[in-house]
Amino acid sequence: MNAPSNIPTRTCRDTPVLKERGQREVFCGLTGIIWLHRKMQDAFFLVVGSRTCAHLLQSAAGVMIFAEPRFGTAILEEGDLAGMQDAHEELDREVERLLSRRPDIRQLFLVGSCPSEVIKLDLARAAERLTVKHAPHVRVLNYSGSGIETTFTQGEDACLEAMVPVLPETGARELLLVGALPDVVEDQAVDLLTEMGVGPIRVLPAARASGTPAVGPETRYALFQPFLGDTAAALDRRGAQRIEAPFPFGEEGTTLWLKAIADEFGVDDETFERVTAAPRARARTAIANAAESLRGKSVFFFPDSQLEIPLARFLTRECGMEAVEIGAPFIHKGIVGADLDLLSEGPTISEGQDVDKQLDRCRAARPDITVCGLGLANPLEAEGLTTKWAIELVFTPVHFYDQAGDLAGLFSRPLRRRGLLKVEAGA
Amino acid sequence: MKLTVWTYEGPPHVGAMRVATGMKGLHYVLHAPQGDTYADLLFTMIERRNHRPPVTYTTFQARDLGADTAHLFKDACLDAYERFKPEAIIVGASCTAELIQDDPGGLAETMGLPVPVIPLELPSYSRKENYGCDETFFQIVRHLARPMEKTAQITCNILGPTGLGFRHRDDVEELTGLLSDLGVGVNVVAPMGATPTDITRLGQAHFNVLLYPETAEAAARWLKRELGMPYTTTVPIGVGATWDFIGEVRAITGLTGAVDDSRLRLPWWSKSVDSTYLTGKRVFLFGDATHVKAAARIARDEMGFEVVGLGCYNREFARDIRALGKEFGLTALVTEDYLEVEKAIEDAAPEMILGTQMERHIGKRLGIPCAVISAPVHVQDFPARYSPQVGFEGANVIFDTWIHPLVMGLEEHLLMMFREDFEFHDAAGPSHHGGHAPRALGEAEPQPVAEVAPEAEVAEAPAQTGSDVMVWLADAEKELKKIPFFVRGKARRNTEAYAAERGLNEISKDTLYEAKAHYAR
Ligand code: SF4
Ligand code: SF4
Repeated sequence: MNAPSNIPTRTCRDTPVLKERGQREVFCGLTGIIWLHRKMQDAFFLVVGSRTCAHLLQSAAGVMIFAEPRFGTAILEEGDLAGMQDAHEELDREVERLLSRRPDIRQLFLVGSCPSEVIKLDLARAAERLTVKHAPHVRVLNYSGSGIETTFTQGEDACLEAMVPVLPETGARELLLVGALPDVVEDQAVDLLTEMGVGPIRVLPAARASGTPAVGPETRYALFQPFLGDTAAALDRRGAQRIEAPFPFGEEGTTLWLKAIADEFGVDDETFERVTAAPRARARTAIANAAESLRGKSVFFFPDSQLEIPLARFLTRECGMEAVEIGAPFIHKGIVGADLDLLSEGPTISEGQDVDKQLDRCRAARPDITVCGLGLANPLEAEGLTTKWAIELVFTPVHFYDQAGDLAGLFSRPLRRRGLLKVEAGA
Repeated sequence: MKLTVWTYEGPPHVGAMRVATGMKGLHYVLHAPQGDTYADLLFTMIERRNHRPPVTYTTFQARDLGADTAHLFKDACLDAYERFKPEAIIVGASCTAELIQDDPGGLAETMGLPVPVIPLELPSYSRKENYGCDETFFQIVRHLARPMEKTAQITCNILGPTGLGFRHRDDVEELTGLLSDLGVGVNVVAPMGATPTDITRLGQAHFNVLLYPETAEAAARWLKRELGMPYTTTVPIGVGATWDFIGEVRAITGLTGAVDDSRLRLPWWSKSVDSTYLTGKRVFLFGDATHVKAAARIARDEMGFEVVGLGCYNREFARDIRALGKEFGLTALVTEDYLEVEKAIEDAAPEMILGTQMERHIGKRLGIPCAVISAPVHVQDFPARYSPQVGFEGANVIFDTWIHPLVMGLEEHLLMMFREDFEFHDAAGPSHHGGHAPRALGEAEPQPVAEVAPEAEVAEAPAQTGSDVMVWLADAEKELKKIPFFVRGKARRNTEAYAAERGLNEISKDTLYEAKAHYAR
């Protein structure tokens, strides 16, 4: 009853991937700090980088509501580039200063950037040294969010991956949910699963260091987000087992995702039905409302967050859209395989980017809606295309049943707006 | 190493982008990793540009590092030339590429491209955005401008406007009109709107108007030295500065025609009785040096404000701003540290901030109204309507913009008279500001809807400070509450200063009124 209906015979799993290697128009992994620092409430993210890194964070954050957010950039200066010893001493001093000013900080992430990688500043060593120095009050970890190694959401992956090896060991059979989602959606998932009798449930990352989950061979985990491949691999190395499923976008995705977990934890069909029936119905109604303006429309994805394949699955199967091109920065078939299996053959699947060539393809296809980054949206609108900024899909609660309508709405609003406006001469 | 939370200026290659994006027919090939492409959104989102900035990024990755990033650069250069067919190319490195030392300039030169290739050396680890603008524009001018026969009519070039500049679009329009009144034609506006070909004919003009020293001073100096072109030194922002500028142009050109100042309204608006309430309003100024300098003069001489603090973030102009501080009897703040600026504003407790979009945030947090006078700016600082800062219309715009955040004259009286009336409670704020009532110190920020886990941050809002050494007795505290919120900060500060001078550490109701009498003007 909860198996997906109308599984296509030839799916995107079989489609050869168009691999592109040219100019990319994407954020680097540092960007993830913008949402990670809100999620982990006693963590501080210290980027060791350049003025460019600081400026990126500021520009991507858009809002600067707090005088001192829980992130900052230790900007390398000419002196630091000269001798390594100096840079480590300087870093220790900055960390010392920071931690004395912010006694609320329990976890400190040293985040590597392109400049720190290129000068081979060993942040792993720095993290070890600083952990010893500031134990037990603060734990210091490191990961790289550099643009030469990570693309946008891969920053979150790198951050969570860095946390896995130091998670405590457990032999308990527990469900671990992985990914930094807004609390409101995380709570919805936990509530639904709890109602089915699944438990105990832990979440990585926890809101506070004290809530850090444990992991072990009996751990079963499910990913909230498709971009967490390296975190998954790290959890596998700890003996945990992944529950494979399509990602929880839309009514179908959410149901399949929950069902896979329910099956793993021996929830019977009747219970599953009882718990999910009402929210499923709500989700369907909400999607139907928004989908009216989406049906039969075409969509083109520029690579951005790795959410593209699951979202294309949602838009084509639940909103009646047609995908022209689905571009993703990386395609990890082991992770998005279940979504690819549900996508009918047809769209071009591209990995990587050569932005000018992709723009040519997009202009030729003239899709009804183009999902792209902030640098491309207005220029494409000016050419008469309708766009949706991809970054909003990462910053807005869009997972699970009660956000399924909002998710469809993110795509239908630009189309509706275009229909509403009468601003041309003589209109 | 310096810990930075928010920055006033981006890296120098963003300055180069501002020049390239302002110009036409120029392309910038930037050796940089993929993440640096974020800079495009500054132009397409904040400035709402309908074109991508003319920048090709090489977006090299870690796996390219050992191999051949130089090759990658050459390919990108060639592709960019083929695709965009620019009249000239500028090439350079971002902070990361600077470290791998591929020498983009040298590489591009060996490629034999059929257009001028201008190499940029922008030291990312010591300089910043404004320097990047200034140096890039200077290099372009130095490579392309040549001596030329002067135009028959007296003309000038307008130097300085770039992409992402504060009101550059409208300033150019207003200034062009003013110059035309004076009988001066405009030969070239650059960088904004100019092609590389236009740059070659800068020398046709009789002189240069240096509109924004931050972005074009090096070019103006070079043109003076090499092509003998004088340039104006007054930036015509404000009434007095505009007249000074007119005087300067007349002195350079010998023209004496009258200018039509019938549109200039600031002087009468400022003299009219409703503006009496502006007298002695305590303002704090922070921004780029040029705009702060102009704003200081306007604030004191044209609005009748009291400047209680001033500073700039661009160290290149530190000397000017320190001198200006002296003139105002203040110690100027020259810093790039946002937290330091916030602290200084909190200490000065002004009634209004004239700053950048960063100070707007400080103002929101401290509950102090703020008007924006300088870059860095945000999307709302690119208005659809015409709103220059320079010239006569600029002065009118400034008058309106500065008084907008304040409580109006008559309204201020009503609030005084009916201060016990519940409808006029503090939080009501200026009546023309819907939901934007200034908040009191220490009150929590409203949370944005899409934020994750907002509660945790509330505690980070700065606590009330300033009165920790002085004890306010209950009756005095109660009396203070009766004073309308927009003057309460001043009253508290004055009273404390008065008490401190007299070595009192308790403040009674009497102290409050003695201080009031003491400071009465
Ligand atoms: S709060 Fe205002 S100034 Fe600050 S980022 Fe948002 S829109 Fe811009
Ligand atoms: S791409 Fe590299 S240099 Fe650029 S902002 Fe990201 S980490 Fe910093």
